[in-house]
Amino acid sequence: MISIKDLTKINQFEWEIPKSFRQDMQVPVRIFATRQLLDDISGDKSLEQAVNSATLSGLAGPVVVMPDMHQGYGFPIGAVAATRYPDGVVSPGGIGYDINCGVRLLGSQIEYESVRQHIGDLATAINQSCPSGVGTKGHIRLSGKELDQLCRQGSGWALKRGYATQSDLQRTEEGGCLEGAQPEKVSQRAKQRGLSQIGTLGAGNHFIEVDVVDHVFDREAAQAMGLQEGNLAVLIHCGSRGFGHQICTDYVKEFQLAVKRYGMKLADRELVCAPMDSPEGSAYLGAMRSAANYAFANRQVLAHFARKAFEQVLAGKVPNWHLHQIYDIAHNMGKLETHTINGEKVRVCVHRKGATRAFGPGFEGLPAEYKPIGQPVLVPGSMGTASWVLVGTQESMERSYGSCCHGAGRMMSRSKAKKLVRGDELRNKLEAQGIQIRAGSMAGLAEEAPQAYKDVDEVVETVVGAGIARKVAKIVPVAVIKG
Amino acid sequence: MGERKSAGFVELAHTADVEMQVWGPDLPQLLEQAALGMNSLAGFSLKPGRRQTHKLDLPIVDLETTLVSFLSELLYLAEVENLGFDTFNIEIKGDILIAIFIGAPLELQRVHIKAVTYHNLEIKQVPEGFVVNVVFDV
Repeated sequence: MISIKDLTKINQFEWEIPKSFRQDMQVPVRIFATRQLLDDISGDKSLEQAVNSATLSGLAGPVVVMPDMHQGYGFPIGAVAATRYPDGVVSPGGIGYDINCGVRLLGSQIEYESVRQHIGDLATAINQSCPSGVGTKGHIRLSGKELDQLCRQGSGWALKRGYATQSDLQRTEEGGCLEGAQPEKVSQRAKQRGLSQIGTLGAGNHFIEVDVVDHVFDREAAQAMGLQEGNLAVLIHCGSRGFGHQICTDYVKEFQLAVKRYGMKLADRELVCAPMDSPEGSAYLGAMRSAANYAFANRQVLAHFARKAFEQVLAGKVPNWHLHQIYDIAHNMGKLETHTINGEKVRVCVHRKGATRAFGPGFEGLPAEYKPIGQPVLVPGSMGTASWVLVGTQESMERSYGSCCHGAGRMMSRSKAKKLVRGDELRNKLEAQGIQIRAGSMAGLAEEAPQAYKDVDEVVETVVGAGIARKVAKIVPVAVIKG
Repeated sequence: MGERKSAGFVELAHTADVEMQVWGPDLPQLLEQAALGMNSLAGFSLKPGRRQTHKLDLPIVDLETTLVSFLSELLYLAEVENLGFDTFNIEIKGDILIAIFIGAPLELQRVHIKAVTYHNLEIKQVPEGFVVNVVFDV
């Protein structure tokens, strides 16, 4: 077990595990955390998993770990690893089973105080129009040909079907579509799972929230995003559903053989990988991008149905019930990007597992209104607590491969949370605080109790203190919809 | 393995996902317990009435891959066919695993298990038989 004494403190917010810590490490591990956040993960295997990640072949620089880190499988949650393209490896387990799981934030001109009495109806309408829960099927049934189109076009597919606006796509990471998707590299099993799940939320920690903008910290950035104190916003958290889970399952299995073929030694079989320029690596990238595009389209369709729910409940009651897109970001993804590492511009595959992209001001891929402020970064808190809107900085480009944290980060197992918390009592408590709850399962609600998570405010103070993000606004929930 | 029964499973603490220890006197019973344990973690309950069977033939590449493939098949059938299984006839013939699943349509799934991982997965031979820890992504 790695302890805090094995870490070198760089400053209040940054620590390092040197490459010399273990013989098989190829690079050091850089950790963004306060002492308190490190104490929160003592006893779990986050740091061992980070060291294991630092043994992969072709790493171009340190493995970076975010303050919301916690134990996962293979990589820890919160890890960012950059491998040289094309001869470095890509690791499906370093991206995760829920490929392109991510978060979308919609803003509005609706004043909370003017619709306070309708929040319950809004929660019910969203719950009815956005199917959630285990094994749920959506309102849309795709043909095999349509699924292939969706894999190639991502949110562009949703635009053609009337589920999106051009502005939605512009305000989505990569415009809602990764180039290079190859649905022909996706198994029939994955496709079978994907046919009926577009526009579904799923279960676990996925949710839709109606929030109120509680406090704006950066007026210029908030104005560019259309965020105003006292107005409603909607946060959507979900991913590529069974389609992505099956693709990752298929390739983790296939790569078990690839590892032997390419003579690689691994610290953990979940870290299986293949060189990006190998047939196996190339096939995985084509399939993974298909799942990424599926997830972009999925959140887009959910946003469409959330808009319909707002229209159904608020039309005629407020002058403008429209929800505008603020941004959509992935936090389980592998992407080819160019970064300056040790003074050299390097093309790398950035694996972000439980970490979001956080590009600074001036980045070409941002819409014009976001170029001066940097890319929006969305950090959902635990259920019932605040969530944050941040922006990336130049320092994030220099120190974390343009990456930031993705949430509060769990610190308690689901089974322990269920022992300590009763779902119905939690629901009553949250409703007493003015938060409407629509949940398919009280046990599932208990698993996501706020005390199972770290303090999201401390996570945010850490990334801001470390300089890899800036605060824009804090939002607080008034309705939570979960599977 | 102390006072434990000769075959069984128990959930272990894991911060974000779900981990289970499974043991059995031989490989078929280890796989059976892994399936029953996963049913328990997922909160599967089956509809009463007509029973259905499903046959699985798996080439054994290595034991861990066989375990992952076996459990992944059950997750796939639950999600796509809405089928759950509570009875397993498993035998190993040479390098092929032959499994007959017997079950029924699912009435309830409480927890969504996304996948069976290879994280630190190692089927260990012990004096009482076999033991393995499995981490599920949930």
